[in-house]
Amino acid sequence: MILLPVLPIILPLAGAILCMFARRNLVAQKLISILSSALMFGVSIALLSEVRNGDIVVMNVGQWAAPFGITLVVDMLAAILLVLSGLMALSVSIYAYFGLDQDRVRFGFFPLLLIMMVGVNGAFVAGDLFNLYVWFEVLLTASFILLALGGERPQLEGSIKYVTLNLLSSALFLAGIGILYGMAGTLNMAQLARVVQEDGHGGLVMMVAIMFLMGFGIKAGMFPLYFWLPASYPTPPAAVTALFSGLLTKVGAYALIRMFTLVFITDPEFLHGLILAGAGLTMVSGVLAAASHYEMRKILAVHIVSQIGYVLMGLGLFSKLALTGTVIYLIHVIIVKTNLFLLAGAVHRLKGSYDLKKLGGLYKERPGLSILFFLSAMSLAGLPPLSGFFAKLTLIIAALRAESWLIVGVALGVSLLTLYSMTKIWAYVFWKPAPEPLPDLDPMPKGKWFLFLLPMMTLTVITIAIGVFAGSVFDYAEMAAGQLMDPSGYIQAVLGGE
Amino acid sequence: MEVVLAIVIGVLYAGGLYLMMRPNLIQLIIGLGLLSHGANLLIFTAGGLRKGGAPILADGEKVFTILPADPLPQALILTAIVISFAVTAFALVLFLRTYQTVGTADVDELKGTDT
Repeated sequence: MILLPVLPIILPLAGAILCMFARRNLVAQKLISILSSALMFGVSIALLSEVRNGDIVVMNVGQWAAPFGITLVVDMLAAILLVLSGLMALSVSIYAYFGLDQDRVRFGFFPLLLIMMVGVNGAFVAGDLFNLYVWFEVLLTASFILLALGGERPQLEGSIKYVTLNLLSSALFLAGIGILYGMAGTLNMAQLARVVQEDGHGGLVMMVAIMFLMGFGIKAGMFPLYFWLPASYPTPPAAVTALFSGLLTKVGAYALIRMFTLVFITDPEFLHGLILAGAGLTMVSGVLAAASHYEMRKILAVHIVSQIGYVLMGLGLFSKLALTGTVIYLIHVIIVKTNLFLLAGAVHRLKGSYDLKKLGGLYKERPGLSILFFLSAMSLAGLPPLSGFFAKLTLIIAALRAESWLIVGVALGVSLLTLYSMTKIWAYVFWKPAPEPLPDLDPMPKGKWFLFLLPMMTLTVITIAIGVFAGSVFDYAEMAAGQLMDPSGYIQAVLGGE
Repeated sequence: MEVVLAIVIGVLYAGGLYLMMRPNLIQLIIGLGLLSHGANLLIFTAGGLRKGGAPILADGEKVFTILPADPLPQALILTAIVISFAVTAFALVLFLRTYQTVGTADVDELKGTDT
């Protein structure tokens, strides 16, 4: 179907508009959000099956041929990420159906969520840089409001930092776009790749590459540009943080992967070496910061940073196997991180606190919830046979083959410290007896509780399934990495010709 | 002309970044505004400054007789201006709300979520 690539953008947009029509009917908004996320997920699966054989789906909007019109491109990486974004939107919608306070729903949580998904999906399919910029702004504007929604003091303080630094990064990105256009006369990524490869432009390309690295590095949460993240992400309710942690920093990482495998590959020695060094420092500083916190959301939020380090590690190593590892790691971390935040939100809903020192004894009271948390936390730390193990294994084998011993040591050490942080949460929140018993806030009836936990159960099952069927996940990721390492297929699919 | 604009852009960037590092929320937002103006002018300059007609072919013409101005940078800037207008409006509301809630416009006081 020719319209397929544009549907992941149109469906949530239509959902958001419908939600705004149903402004006073909160139940209708919730159902519209769940329905359009489910449709989005279905469409993304259809797209994935379109590109399964290695084809790249290209759509020229309005039939304007490639370098002149707006081009939407879905390759394997984009299709995988679209499926994940659909899954995350669906999980968070179901979670928010039961778990979000009425005030935030009344002030438009669901339409904002869907508009953010428009931006996220748009960024994944964008085939030219200016569209990428516009989609970034769409998702950022929606995320600004989602972050500040509710207007509590910590939220506002966090929002100011988030808004300021993200606007700074957008300004850098925009300036980079301007210089690239002046240099190459095009913003279509495929044609840019061709122009940059054909006549070097040496120094200027390098400067723009660094501007993009800074711009996307801020958005992705890369060292030393991540300080806005732990200050802002833990402030909103769990549903918002889960969505942000699953998708927003990953869009930044996706943009980095796309640009630094397609366009800026003229000097991998320097550029990718820089990314690799940044990745190592990101991992270490993230995991060390997490060790000092005693608030569940804070620990998990700082861990987003160290996980981004792993994602960028594969890009920095810049080999097919390493990028395969990056793709598997993206799949793994989007699912597990969102799930952990949702579970932390469930704990908060039960006990009214995120503080490790106040909580305790949840294993006795809620064994089901505890086991879900345990499995996801161990998957994040990278224990076999869960998804995190295979993701880290692939990355580390790739690093060993590249003989980058330092990054191997860093990745293994950080993995160990991640295990420490996760067992800390486990021991404090679930295992040790509660210091003073906290009453159950707002107990849900059994059936409702089950539905509330349903997205978390699904995500946990998926992280186990990725571990069990690691082979076929590896095949998909390898195909994505193959397309990234050999951009001629992408360029040819967009521009045609030789 | 390029030299003049390059200096203007540099001044806008420097002023914007300087204001962003000042402790006052109002200065912060003016700084953000200057920064986005700097970026817009940068696109304009990098896109090529030349005198030319509108890029519209007259009836019966197949090629341009005089090289027209490139419309694309202007379209990009227009989009960027609209976006930065909306975002600045949102940031103003956010800052006002923060000022009302926290009771100060001093950025250094907003450390509640840093540790």
